[in-house]
Amino acid sequence: MNIPFTTNPRPDTGVYNAKLGIWLFLASEVMLFGALFSSYILIRVGAPEVGENAWPLGSDILSVPVAFTNTMVLITSSITMVMAWASLAMKKFDKYKMFMGITIALGLTFLVIKGFEYNSKFEHHLFPSTSNFMAIYFTITGLHVLHVIGGLIVNFYLWIPGAKMWESDPERFTNRIEVAGLYWHFVDLVWIFLFPVLYLL
Amino acid sequence: MSHSAEEVQKHVKVYITVFAALMVLTGVTVGASYLHLGSTAMNITLALIIAGIKGTLVAGYFMHLFTEKAIINWTLALTVVFFIVLLLVPILTELDTISLI
Amino acid sequence: MDASVKEKSSHDDHSHHEEAFIWKYVFSIDHKVIGIQYGVTALLFLFFGFTLMMLMRWQLAYPGEAIPVISGLFSETTMPDGIMLPEFYNSLGAMHGTIMVFLAVVPLVVGAFGNYLVPLQVGAIDMAFPKLNMASYWVYFVGGIVMLVGFWMPGGAANSGWTSYPPLSNIATTGQTVWLLGMVFLITSSLLGSMNIIVTIVQLRAEGLTWMKLPFFTWAQLVTSFLLLLAFPPLEAAGVLQLMDRLTGSSFFMPSGLVVSGEVLDIAGGGSPLLWQHLFWFLAHPEVYVLILPALGIIAEVIANNTRKPLWGYKSMVYATIFLGFISFTVWAHHMFLTGMGTAINAFFQTTTMIISIPSVIILTALMISLWGGSIRFNSAMLFACAFLPMFGIGGLTGLPLGLTASDIHLHDTYYVIGHFHYVVAPGTIFAIFAGIYYWYPKVTGRAMNEMLGKIHFWLSLIFINGIFFPMFIQGLAGVSRRLYDGGASYAHAQDYLYLNEFMSISAWLLALAQIPFIINFFISWKSGQKAGDNHWDATTLEWSATTSPPLGHGNFEVVPTVYRGPYEYSVPGKDKDFTPQNEA
Ligand code: HEM
Ligand SMILES: [Cu+2]
Repeated sequence: MNIPFTTNPRPDTGVYNAKLGIWLFLASEVMLFGALFSSYILIRVGAPEVGENAWPLGSDILSVPVAFTNTMVLITSSITMVMAWASLAMKKFDKYKMFMGITIALGLTFLVIKGFEYNSKFEHHLFPSTSNFMAIYFTITGLHVLHVIGGLIVNFYLWIPGAKMWESDPERFTNRIEVAGLYWHFVDLVWIFLFPVLYLL
Repeated sequence: MSHSAEEVQKHVKVYITVFAALMVLTGVTVGASYLHLGSTAMNITLALIIAGIKGTLVAGYFMHLFTEKAIINWTLALTVVFFIVLLLVPILTELDTISLI
Repeated sequence: MDASVKEKSSHDDHSHHEEAFIWKYVFSIDHKVIGIQYGVTALLFLFFGFTLMMLMRWQLAYPGEAIPVISGLFSETTMPDGIMLPEFYNSLGAMHGTIMVFLAVVPLVVGAFGNYLVPLQVGAIDMAFPKLNMASYWVYFVGGIVMLVGFWMPGGAANSGWTSYPPLSNIATTGQTVWLLGMVFLITSSLLGSMNIIVTIVQLRAEGLTWMKLPFFTWAQLVTSFLLLLAFPPLEAAGVLQLMDRLTGSSFFMPSGLVVSGEVLDIAGGGSPLLWQHLFWFLAHPEVYVLILPALGIIAEVIANNTRKPLWGYKSMVYATIFLGFISFTVWAHHMFLTGMGTAINAFFQTTTMIISIPSVIILTALMISLWGGSIRFNSAMLFACAFLPMFGIGGLTGLPLGLTASDIHLHDTYYVIGHFHYVVAPGTIFAIFAGIYYWYPKVTGRAMNEMLGKIHFWLSLIFINGIFFPMFIQGLAGVSRRLYDGGASYAHAQDYLYLNEFMSISAWLLALAQIPFIINFFISWKSGQKAGDNHWDATTLEWSATTSPPLGHGNFEVVPTVYRGPYEYSVPGKDKDFTPQNEA
């Protein structure tokens, strides 16, 4: 008794189950971040033009070089993720191990840098209660960090314990990497929008 | 999609080009934020256009959307529609400050 | 002992011995067991939510009088000397709404009915992701427990209404934080569940089961799942923002210069209370269609089967449902006409609200016309289905004056609103749930429920439920506000309508008694009901025609069916029996 189309695509839709599943999940994620983005616009537009409650310029408060580095880190991790999948598709398991390892390392780097960044904000007594700008900054980046952590856990599982599947069912394992990759790229994609919106404008 | 080894080999070249483009565009984003285009609105628009291009590259190539099956693209089209509706939230709240007629 | 259980389960992919109890009934990954788990848990929550409301009804009927008999059960902080405190009344109201919507009705129609029936109706051996399915149930369970924990928090459970409007909810007692955490669990559970249902319908349809051959119930589940998938995340976002406000002191929903108890709050300010309302109703309006669409699906199945003829206008019903799904995302601000959003927006949402009534009317009309000329079997399921039609009709029609800004100015926040949505949800969705239980009970248990008890249950419920909700329209039109702790006793304009309070309350308690035949029936029939065949109602859809009752353990079908025909081929001319199953060549 096996559920059909876990590995091979269903002929009329052309996709396997998990592929449709992850895209539906990402669709809901779009709505989640979309709602936060909407809230950001609403609160920003409602802020007074001048005075101490005026909306600040992100680059006056936050560190652009740090965020710039982090953007690079995350984009690089996206390409290594896609290479990890491509290596499996080319049946090169060793290369997969290497690229996945790099992806995880880059993800961790992102978190460490982010940690330092948060810390320096706290040291300057900048908290969510300080202003709505700081509040939205902490909320959105915090939620993004949670997504990165989630992705790291999945990637780590697929890197070591879950990689056994390569022996028993290589195609399904390749699919898993593709699905994990889709999620990871999405997390990258969110950051691509967050970076200019929060740090530069 | 079934991916033969040679096909994937070709993809890899594309991935690397896309990666380079993303790096460059990140630089451009930062650079553009130092331009003074007259108003914040203009700067925001420009930044969002660049981010949009980068996002399209990631979604289109890394996430294979350019060659993805119709069912996935339709699901996302649906999501985009509702996403746009969601963006009505801030617009609507400000609407009474803009006169329609 | 423990080790041997684990040992067994890790091998049971290949061996066919009996699974241990815990894997078979507790952490099962069989969609049928999960469906039953959802059903039982949600029925308990339904009962609990109902109890909260019965307490409120005492206070409304006899404001300030001590509750007899059971007053000893409550603490001094909720009911000193049996007299309900206003704060406790508020908690009851907020928790009644939350529990009924998020913990009872949605888990019943989607979690229980959807889970159990969708794979069977599409001819699948299980959901697409069985482990995710299990996770979704347990996340729901934890969410429910978290919600209940609120009652033991200092200050009691959440007390800012099920809508949790800030700034009030931002400064409310700890129960509100617990409420938000509970919501995060419930939303996660819904997301997992809806993904699963969509993938199952799209990917696991049996051979030959094309879109226009899907039973209407499955269509309704598909659209509902999309609503859950795309409408819930904004509420999750709003929940996160409110948690930030409450826990870190941010000001997303707090305007500048807010004065509480005579003092200006020391906050950054600059937030917008309206933002919450937008995000909340962005979910909550589609949510009401989540409550009603699966109910319509159940009713459609029951009506087609018991009139012994095809549904009238099946295709237009399907298209109307899809259209309804779309439009339901564009009407949310009709809950906010009185917030001063501005006339232009009001006009926009008033228009979309009028438009959305069109597909609803299409579906309802198609169902009514389906009755025409049928040789109707009036069993308990069908009686509930027949009553559903006019009751849902009343609920829908009374919504129109609410959707028009001019009349809504008068009606907003009165008992008229309570009457309106309860007609949709109680004699609407709840009746559909009863219809569904009577109809599918033989499939799930292999035995039919008792018809006599079913009919008593039906007639008494129909009478008393109208006794509760109809007078609400009268009070509402007279301007009695929906949130009054004393039911209007201290308001001059309400004096002439106070006598209705006692009438409604007594109806509510009698309605509770009217459920006794159902509860007895439900348990007795499980073991000693009349034995039902595999296809007890001579139905055409796959869950009846291709499985045993109850369906086989994990795997559902002896032979995975192939589909040759549409879902409702009843009384096809020239056939020797009056139904032709979908899997009959
Ligand atoms: C059938 C018996 C029921 C009775 C007698 C009943 C009675 C009531 C009453 C008296 C209120 C008013 C609370 C107030 O004054 O604020 C109320 C509120 C509410 N009810 Fe029910 N109810 C019933 C079933 C349901 C069901 C099945 C649902 C599920 C969807 C539901 C959903 C709600 C909601 C969401 C509210 C909250 C309204 C608000 O405070 O904004 N009720 N109910
Ligand atoms: Cu509504």
